[in-house]
Amino acid sequence: MNSRNPLPGFAKTVLTATLAIALVACGKKEQAPPPAAQAPAAPAETIVKIGHVAPLTGGISHLGKDNENGAALAIEEANKAGITIGGHKIKFEMMGEDDQADPKVGTTVAQKLVDAKVAGIVGHLNSGVTIPASALYNQAGIPMITASATNPALTEQGFKNIFRVVGRDDQQGPAVANYLVSQSKPKTAAVIDDATAYGEGLANEVEKTLKAAGVRVLPREKGTDKTTDWKAILTKLKGKKPDAVFFGGMDASGGPLLKQARELGIKAVFAYGDGACTNKMTELAGAAAEGMICSQAGIPVKAASQSFLDAYKAKFNADPILYAPFTYDAANLLIEAMKKADSTDPAKYLAALHSASHKGASGLIEFDEKGDRKDAEMTIFTMKAGKIEPIAIIKSGKSMTMEEYVAATAPAPAASAPAAAPAAEPAKEPAK
Amino acid sequence: MDIFLQQIINGLTLGSVYAIVALGYTMVYGIIQLINFAHGEVVMLGAMVAFTVITSLVGAQVPLPALLIVLAGTLAAVPVCMATGYMLERVAYRPLRKAPRLAPLITAIGMSIILQHVAMLVWSRNNLAFPQIIPVITFEVAGATITAVQIGIISISFLLMTGLTLMVYRTKLGVAMRATAENASVAALMGVSVDRVIASTFLIGAALGAIAGVMFGSYYGIAHYTMGAVLGLKAFSAAVLGGIGNLAGAMVGGVLLGLVESLGAGYIGDLTDLCRWPLVQGWVSERCQLDGHMILFGSNYQDVFAFLVLILVLVIRPSGLLGERVADRA
Repeated sequence: MNSRNPLPGFAKTVLTATLAIALVACGKKEQAPPPAAQAPAAPAETIVKIGHVAPLTGGISHLGKDNENGAALAIEEANKAGITIGGHKIKFEMMGEDDQADPKVGTTVAQKLVDAKVAGIVGHLNSGVTIPASALYNQAGIPMITASATNPALTEQGFKNIFRVVGRDDQQGPAVANYLVSQSKPKTAAVIDDATAYGEGLANEVEKTLKAAGVRVLPREKGTDKTTDWKAILTKLKGKKPDAVFFGGMDASGGPLLKQARELGIKAVFAYGDGACTNKMTELAGAAAEGMICSQAGIPVKAASQSFLDAYKAKFNADPILYAPFTYDAANLLIEAMKKADSTDPAKYLAALHSASHKGASGLIEFDEKGDRKDAEMTIFTMKAGKIEPIAIIKSGKSMTMEEYVAATAPAPAASAPAAAPAAEPAKEPAK
Repeated sequence: MDIFLQQIINGLTLGSVYAIVALGYTMVYGIIQLINFAHGEVVMLGAMVAFTVITSLVGAQVPLPALLIVLAGTLAAVPVCMATGYMLERVAYRPLRKAPRLAPLITAIGMSIILQHVAMLVWSRNNLAFPQIIPVITFEVAGATITAVQIGIISISFLLMTGLTLMVYRTKLGVAMRATAENASVAALMGVSVDRVIASTFLIGAALGAIAGVMFGSYYGIAHYTMGAVLGLKAFSAAVLGGIGNLAGAMVGGVLLGLVESLGAGYIGDLTDLCRWPLVQGWVSERCQLDGHMILFGSNYQDVFAFLVLILVLVIRPSGLLGERVADRA
């Protein structure tokens, strides 16, 4: 009984003592860090996350994976090179997300990346997903570079941290329309679209250019992005005998359109935008796809820098499909800007991104005040023996063949490069 | 004028596919007064199964003529669809035969969603392209072009419709079906196995649906897991147009609907071009001078015609063109 009372007293003393010691220890610990941090400086790496978003499931997942590979390659190379920013050794880490090409899912994963405090974002693939997601990145002040969304509206929103490394549809439309005019000299042309933001927007640009070139354009015909029965529209067109037909839409509906047109005996030249500029057109339209024309907002994959093509092949044991050189460049742009600004804080390196002048796999990248790529190339393709082949690359309004483009850009270190380009152009001019 | 003929040929082809699908709706409705909203998905399954068989045969480079490959695809699609049709009846409709009307309607919609998702899981969300194996053979008829595939679709549909009519009016099963449609309980008292008759109705409808799916897929060269929804609704409209429950009505309705769609999509743009009408030209003359055209409704209204027809029929003549006494059935 008696022994119990002193115990609390004793316990109190012990407790106070412990607390005192703890406090002292804590105080000591507060002072301790400087030497402690100095010692393990070598192994400590600061992890900087870069987000990548594209559809990795569904109909165009192969393109999404291709995009992700491009960004992953850039990040791996940067980590190998060993980059130090702000006195810290940096290890970049890619957060790859799947937006399923769906605006709803797109904004959800965008929020996830914002919450994860990524330093920058490469993506998304589709314009329809990129535009709503870009608002979230803008609010969070995180720089985003898309490598494949071509709708002009994206960079017309006035956001300061949204960039694009491919061309816009209002450059693509005129490019393909002018090519059509110069090559097949149509008197009458028909324009059809699939009533989506992409298809209709692109078709409008094409129509404007055709009219400006003095081509008579028939009243616009419309289907939807799910239309498979084009017979009624095509039959109507057959009666009006257009020399050329442009379709703004994806390959899924553009393929059956071409097949049915040839079945009906329509002999017009068919032209498409990048949405239908794929080898899948052969599958969907069969032999009818032969000779079609289509455009892409950027250089063809084959014209990307050889070092990139080799590195991609070595890492993924496959050739890049479409936009990988552009996502590779986009990721590198982010990394370069961080290096230049010596900070991974978006607010600090954003200025460096605006003033970037980066020689990437897809050529020299500089941004205008809207965040669009300055002087973006456009490529015209044709379907030859079941394969989409580039036939002309258009830069600053001048058209050149793929060989001329490669010759003009490949010997970059040599001073002869600027001389080679003008030499190639005059030769092409009389051909028109 | 050749364009008019061309639209008629297109409309006939599309219309015969609608007619074959519409038969599936109308037969089931005629017997148990149920609208089998999952029928469109049965058609879709037919196209999908045929796609798989045809692509794998083409992929394996089996040395068969194109027609036999398509036939093999059809022969594979028909039993799969028949099994699906039977399963639908057994699982979703038979247990609810005595339930209020609304219950089987809802299970029908549920089944159609399930079938769509199963197809999505099996065949992915992509558009599947039928390999172009049947060579495009075209014939010139008075300035219009008709392809061998179109001739094939129209004649096969005609044969199927004739066959079905003969079966309903000349065979024992046909008699039993008509008896069940007249009055199921009396037919049962007369020794007709009602369950069996209903099951056979589903089987026949599904087999026709499978063939329609293959025809639709090879005509347009493409199949997609959602293709059954709109196709089914249009065929349903065709059945209502002809008078649901009436076999001849479904055929007439299907063909008419195909024609309305083709001609409508072909001419609505020109007809609603305000610049062509002197009366209204005054108001829009500026636009006309600038553009040459001011079109109110374009060809993208193509899919609207089926539903416009459906609404008009329901308002003006609810029993359809050839139907009667729908009032006491519904």
